[in-house]
Amino acid sequence: MPETISLEVLRYSPETDAEPSFQRYDVPLRKDWVVLDALNYIKDKVDGSLTFRWSCRMGICGSCGMMVNGEPKLTCATFLSNYARDAAPVRVQPLRYFPVIRDLVVEVTDFMTKLQSVKPWLIRGEEKPTSEGEYLQTPDQLDRYKQFSMCINCMLCYAACPVYGLDPVFIGPAAIALAQRYNMDSRDEGAHERMDVLAQHEGIWGCTFVGECTQVCPKHVDPAGAIQQYKLTATIERFKSFLLPRGAK
Amino acid sequence: MSDTRLSTRYTEYHPRWYRSRVSTWWWLTRWPYLKFILREISSVFVAWFVVVLLLQIRALSRGPDAYARFQHWLQNPLVLWLNLITLFFVVFHAITWFNLAPSAMAVRFRGKRVPDLFIVGANFAAWVAVSLVVAWFLVRR
Repeated sequence: MPETISLEVLRYSPETDAEPSFQRYDVPLRKDWVVLDALNYIKDKVDGSLTFRWSCRMGICGSCGMMVNGEPKLTCATFLSNYARDAAPVRVQPLRYFPVIRDLVVEVTDFMTKLQSVKPWLIRGEEKPTSEGEYLQTPDQLDRYKQFSMCINCMLCYAACPVYGLDPVFIGPAAIALAQRYNMDSRDEGAHERMDVLAQHEGIWGCTFVGECTQVCPKHVDPAGAIQQYKLTATIERFKSFLLPRGAK
Repeated sequence: MSDTRLSTRYTEYHPRWYRSRVSTWWWLTRWPYLKFILREISSVFVAWFVVVLLLQIRALSRGPDAYARFQHWLQNPLVLWLNLITLFFVVFHAITWFNLAPSAMAVRFRGKRVPDLFIVGANFAAWVAVSLVVAWFLVRR
């Protein structure tokens, strides 16, 4: 294994640069180093001005998502040694389709607003008093939504979704998967409220089922599956609203 | 009721930022994207087969002469090539669509989710079965 590896990192300073450009850095290549370790090495030892987000470095916080060689990756889970054989440097860029604020940091307000719009929390028609205890759930009921609950809001799925790139009004994969996480929770009674947001054209119907969101998801959430399943639910509900009298819905 | 219309919202007071445009050729950058676009385009060819079928039914209803003319038209090399390409796209459409079926269909049986392979397998099995029935109708005299 060679002793060093080259990184080409996209740099952008809003004060001085008209557009971003790549800067090359050579970092030690260690077997147990991930791309994030390399970035931290650069920041600590080579160039303190390099700006990027990270926190837990263990695939939980979802802050270190970036494009590595054109693919959306959690940089804390992407080993440098996987790229050691390539002659070309490893290209690190900010997450695709988001506005770049500085270097590798993107603006995430749009995602945060969309995530909130689907009300990703338990909604009850009527809250029962605390004295009556918890809302109980069987392992089977948990199993129905557990996969979708693994989402860490890293936004890799947005960077993989050409629909979001072409039309940023689209609500996007993670927001729908998280809406499904609560819709399918036996303790939740808010599916109807979420439908107003989800069943719009820019909601689930914006999705053309490219399926790349599922491929890049580091937590195996399968947002593409969540969206297609919800399309079926929304269609059934729409037919019901046509066919059934008001009271029977 | 609160406004539920979706929009794009960014933070109001931000420094100058950089946005790149999505290339018109984004679908050529990765094989999964290209596969997706081919699957979408295949709908045009599926529609062409529907047109051919409708023309066939019309010729059939107009009697043996019209049907013979239709068959002759089918032998035109241009039509033959077009139909060959169409067949490729229809098969491509069917295979890619069946492979996607498990993520759209979360079937549960006795509290457990039915494995993806089962759903894909059931789709392909149904396809083969229907094809066999059709073939049986076509070859029996």
